[in-house]
Amino acid sequence: MTEPLLEVNHLKKYFPIQGGIMQRTVGHVRAVDDITFTLNKGEALGLVGESGCGKSTTGRTILRLLEKTEGTVKFKGTDLHELSRKELRAMRPKMQLVFQDPYSSLNPRINVGTAIGEALVDHGLVSKHEIRDRVKEILSICGLAPYHIDRYPHEFSGGQRQRIGIARALIMNPEFIVADEPVSALDVSIQAQIINLLSDLQEQKNLTYLFISHDLSVVEHLCNRIGVMYLGSMVEMAPREELFARPLHPYTKALLSAIPVPDPTRKSERIVLQGDIPSPANPPSGCKFHTRCPFAKEICKQQVPKYEEMASNHFVACHFAGEF
Amino acid sequence: MANNLVEFRNLRTNFYTSGGVVKAVNDVSFAIKEGETLCVVGESGCGKSVTAMSLMRLVSPPGKTEGGQILYNGEDLLTLKERQMRHIRGNEIAMIFQEPMTSLNPVFKIGQQISEPLIIHKGMTKKEAKKRSIELIELVGIPRAAQIFDSYPHELSGGMRQRIMIAIALSCDPKLLIADEPTTALDVTIQAQILDLMRNIKSEFKTAIMLITHDLGVVAEMADHVVVMYAGKVIEEAPVHELFRNPKHPYTQGLLRAKPIINQRQSRLYTIPGQVPNPVSLGNNCYFNDRCEHCMSICVDKQPPLNTYENRHKAACWLYEKGGEA
Repeated sequence: MTEPLLEVNHLKKYFPIQGGIMQRTVGHVRAVDDITFTLNKGEALGLVGESGCGKSTTGRTILRLLEKTEGTVKFKGTDLHELSRKELRAMRPKMQLVFQDPYSSLNPRINVGTAIGEALVDHGLVSKHEIRDRVKEILSICGLAPYHIDRYPHEFSGGQRQRIGIARALIMNPEFIVADEPVSALDVSIQAQIINLLSDLQEQKNLTYLFISHDLSVVEHLCNRIGVMYLGSMVEMAPREELFARPLHPYTKALLSAIPVPDPTRKSERIVLQGDIPSPANPPSGCKFHTRCPFAKEICKQQVPKYEEMASNHFVACHFAGEF
Repeated sequence: MANNLVEFRNLRTNFYTSGGVVKAVNDVSFAIKEGETLCVVGESGCGKSVTAMSLMRLVSPPGKTEGGQILYNGEDLLTLKERQMRHIRGNEIAMIFQEPMTSLNPVFKIGQQISEPLIIHKGMTKKEAKKRSIELIELVGIPRAAQIFDSYPHELSGGMRQRIMIAIALSCDPKLLIADEPTTALDVTIQAQILDLMRNIKSEFKTAIMLITHDLGVVAEMADHVVVMYAGKVIEEAPVHELFRNPKHPYTQGLLRAKPIINQRQSRLYTIPGQVPNPVSLGNNCYFNDRCEHCMSICVDKQPPLNTYENRHKAACWLYEKGGEA
């Protein structure tokens, strides 16, 4: 076994809730609550879950865009949260982020060439006269034309802007990319183009992805391993085929069955979950899913289920995993 | 055979922008039958929402509905006086919107907002309206209805707010419910709940539904009949089974192939090349020609008409025309 590229160990991120006239901390939102996983080089891990389940916070805490509350994040053996600012900055080019909203993540007053080349200049990686060539090269890799270099963001469509966002991440020659809902804001025909681009790039450059999305069908296309999150906790993680063929957690099952399938002849047996997602500031006791779980028993209300390996590489946190 | 409840005839709605005239709805004709769910699909900017807004007569400047007819019960809605229209809007035709977060007024209690149409349209007293409102809240599947009646919108989750919107829309027993992307802003498990609720409403109250969506999965689940729009035009129309089994227009075929489907993983997704054309500079040709793999010379020169083929299937494509050379 090679050493994993990324090791996340018992990572926690709590946001304080302040209240009262003294603005004292009165509670915590447990956005990420004890998450552990590893990611090998060249792998693509998908994180899925509903809004507010902490998937984006997980991505950001891993990159140390947010400071952790507890736990460790090791990237190639070094703990990112122990590094000094200077050391961290030297590591940054290797880890990049692609954002969800291609409209608000580009500065409208900065032309595309500057926006893409900015980080290279900042890190002093390339000499000034080489920069334009590098930017042009990256533009064509990302499916844009070299003459786009002097244009401004408003001249591009949503799909093209997302390509610019990807180009910005890619120009640093990263090993690890966190993609936070990169296709959620795009139309179906454009979505497919971006998904194909991301998977081509992964092949060409042997990239490692952490792909955050609420859409299981998109994740299925890009990722070889998938983790399902609920209220800040990982409830199940397994290789792609395994997860779709044998989901063990009732939440994963419900999530899979809730996705509308574009085939009117198929009347699927749907598990419709009752109720809403509870507040992460005040999560239910025991198994956090017990308030909506159709199979919940007494023990689920009292004891937190252990996150265990049930089959090879198939982790799940449920008292009755696979029993229904 | 059910009667037509609403019929769009050659509807045209234009927007006058500084960049030029945008033909958001360009000669659109289709009908919604009583008790039927009709889905309008298309990508952003294809004119599906503007079609619905034209029906409600809610298009505001710089937009203007400038041609065609919208027949409702044999009457042209476009010629009605504003007073008569107000009697139909929210009463016989109701609408729910995409954003449950912004479509409720944050400073009024939920109860007031559900009661309002009951008092205005049904002439109920405050007391009667409250009783009916609580029934409606229960009907859309929210527990503790009496308590919710006195809550403010910010106290509810997104899914609950969308249920409240549905309750308001249903308050006057509309004949037609327009739902503009009702589940787009919601999570999948909540989406499943809302779609379930809408199906129950349809079977229980025989309400016709005009469902606007970009998600073909939702279409497959909900629709009886489907209208596909592209750049302001209807390019294909068919009963749902027919459309999915036998899509005619290359754009519809592309959309169906481009969508990643769960449990049917392909190594590579099909993509429709290029992007939606600029709506200002459309010529008199097939608007899909530059993205189409079957593009012929006639497609660049002439606009294909929307013709009817077998099984109530309509398509606007030269591939199926005798006039078009192969």
